[in-house]
Amino acid sequence: MALFNIFIFPGILFLVVAGLWFEFVDRRMYARMQHRQGPPWFQPLADFIKLIAKETIIPENANRRLFVSMPVVALTATISAFFYIPLWSTHALYSFQGDSIVVMYLLTLPTLTFFLAGWYSTSLYSTIGAVRSLTQFFAYEIPLFMAVLAPAMLANDWSLAGIATYFTAHPLLALLNVPALGVALVTLLGKLERVPFDIPEAETEVVAGAFTEYTGRHLALFRLAIDIEVIVAGSLLVAMFLPFGLALPAWLGFLVYLLKITFVVAVIAILRSIMARLRIEQMVNFCWKILAPVALAQLLLNLVVKGFLHS
Amino acid sequence: MSKITIPLGPQHPALKEPASFKITLNGEEIYSMDMRLGYNHRGIEKACEERTYIQGLYLIERICGICSHSHSTAYIQALEELAGLQVPKRGLYIRTLIAELERIHSHLLWLGVAAHEVGFDTLLMYAWRDRELVMDHLAEIGGNRVNYAVNTLGGVRRDLTPAEIAHILKDVDTLEERTKYYAQVATEESTLIARLSKIGYLSKTDAELLGAVGPTARACSVDRDIRRDDPYAAYGDVQFKVCVDDHCDVYGRVLVRVGELMESYSIIRQLLKNLPDGPIAVKAPRRIPAGEAISRYEAPRGEDCHYVKANGTDKPERVKIRAPTLANWRAVRKMIEGNYLADAPIIIAAIDPCFSCTDRAIELVRPAGAATLTWGALRQHGIDWYRKQGLDFADLNKKLATQLGRVK
Repeated sequence: MALFNIFIFPGILFLVVAGLWFEFVDRRMYARMQHRQGPPWFQPLADFIKLIAKETIIPENANRRLFVSMPVVALTATISAFFYIPLWSTHALYSFQGDSIVVMYLLTLPTLTFFLAGWYSTSLYSTIGAVRSLTQFFAYEIPLFMAVLAPAMLANDWSLAGIATYFTAHPLLALLNVPALGVALVTLLGKLERVPFDIPEAETEVVAGAFTEYTGRHLALFRLAIDIEVIVAGSLLVAMFLPFGLALPAWLGFLVYLLKITFVVAVIAILRSIMARLRIEQMVNFCWKILAPVALAQLLLNLVVKGFLHS
Repeated sequence: MSKITIPLGPQHPALKEPASFKITLNGEEIYSMDMRLGYNHRGIEKACEERTYIQGLYLIERICGICSHSHSTAYIQALEELAGLQVPKRGLYIRTLIAELERIHSHLLWLGVAAHEVGFDTLLMYAWRDRELVMDHLAEIGGNRVNYAVNTLGGVRRDLTPAEIAHILKDVDTLEERTKYYAQVATEESTLIARLSKIGYLSKTDAELLGAVGPTARACSVDRDIRRDDPYAAYGDVQFKVCVDDHCDVYGRVLVRVGELMESYSIIRQLLKNLPDGPIAVKAPRRIPAGEAISRYEAPRGEDCHYVKANGTDKPERVKIRAPTLANWRAVRKMIEGNYLADAPIIIAAIDPCFSCTDRAIELVRPAGAATLTWGALRQHGIDWYRKQGLDFADLNKKLATQLGRVK
């Protein structure tokens, strides 16, 4: 049963299918908002198969081992994070005190692999893209951590399952975290490198940034890792900020969960279709001057409320 | 951090045509830029000398894929001046109408490209969708989306029907509505403004010194427009405002172009309302009397100059074209210094560059040991070089000839 859970449902196979499906949802919504037709539902899968079949080219000066292993690391890290997140009940597949920190940590790994992949590609565009990835990482990661940990602080519990249980018992308290949800959604755009924070892979400036030299199956794995990261990060946000409907029957809960993920993907698609790409220094300023204070205020608020609740 | 040089081009996603920009960076800041142009040189000026005037006209129209009518009108105006032809009023009006439709499609295209350069793809899709309306009209009138071939010596080749006029007027209203919305987006969308304002600064003095033209110059409060200053075609008969802006940056260039779109709609309405009756062209001679003429034309990108020297035959002795982009290149170098790398594509795109219009053969500063060869010497050099590698094409040709002979 454990193997079934890990490999089939709600494990790797489910993640891959959901990742590809929500890539389609995202692309379709983005296209419709731009008055375009958009791709058919199987396009992400077709792209994936096409890339796998393509020739792989590894730059001569690149560090071969790192170059090849980075996509795998990115994929593994995102999938591992998924097992600790409660999806449509208050239980996660695996759970322990402090797993919220571990999930956050595992979710920072993909960005680091982008940096290493770009840096060890040794091409100019990759290097610039890699450095931008890392610069951006320092800007959005702190507000994201603060925002995501605010509910944990309120629930006085460091496991995601525990937090979900707490908010299911006190659903109104979840409304307190709305500002943090906003911060988390915006920083998620930075993590996923979407407009307006797609600076590391800005096509018109640095071609494809860290992925410029990637081809064939390595690129396919990277893209799959990013698709899955959307689902995992979305699930994390949903578990933290929208812990509703967790007590429903499993099939209904599952539908509610899918709806919540669709909501996150829709927000991403809307934000990226109404904005222009920022410059890196504008992005850093925005994260530190606006998002970080908002997240800090949320932490403060939650501390005060927690003091009242537990006194 | 030490200075690094990164290449933007000859092949790069930000460039629609090949050109090479070597950008020296100090961190993310641009220290200097070096340009290498000429990848698109096609020798059109020389080719015109080998062709009759009317053949040359169609070649000239293919200088640019966007402002094709601009070049052909500028060229034909010079010819008509030499031949002393009086183009009928209706011909001039239709010529002007096409010119303004072309300006609309060029500016909408630019708006989309500029939005794409700063990662705002939604605006790109919207602007290009609306551009299709204009493209349809151009195709309806001229039979082609880009090279309409409307001009001919002594007038135009296509007349307008009342149905076409009504159709154009209807779509101009739609476009005006949409353009108002884009103007609103450009002045209210905060990320767009953040990306466009205060970058690519060019002062009025610099714009005049470096000879910038068109919207690039007008966005630096240089009040200059050939349509008003030296009216040609039917521009003397219509009322319009020259859009000038004092932002001096890329944002100002957006405002000027959006403003010019609105003026174009008004010009088109006036032209169609007052369209005179009568013939659209006069009969033109095959031979143009000897003489020389310069014609100026306000293309969507700025002032376009054509010089024609005739020698009394049916072929020109010399044709010289100064496309607006050429006048703007020096300003780009000035604009780009001190900006961030992220802004390089939009600053280059802000002059609405058209590389193929501009490219010409130039002699580069010669490195040591370089020499200029005649065609014959270059051919001989090639033969010798391959012979040294052990390949003799003369032998191969002989062999081939004998083999073919045997087969026969």
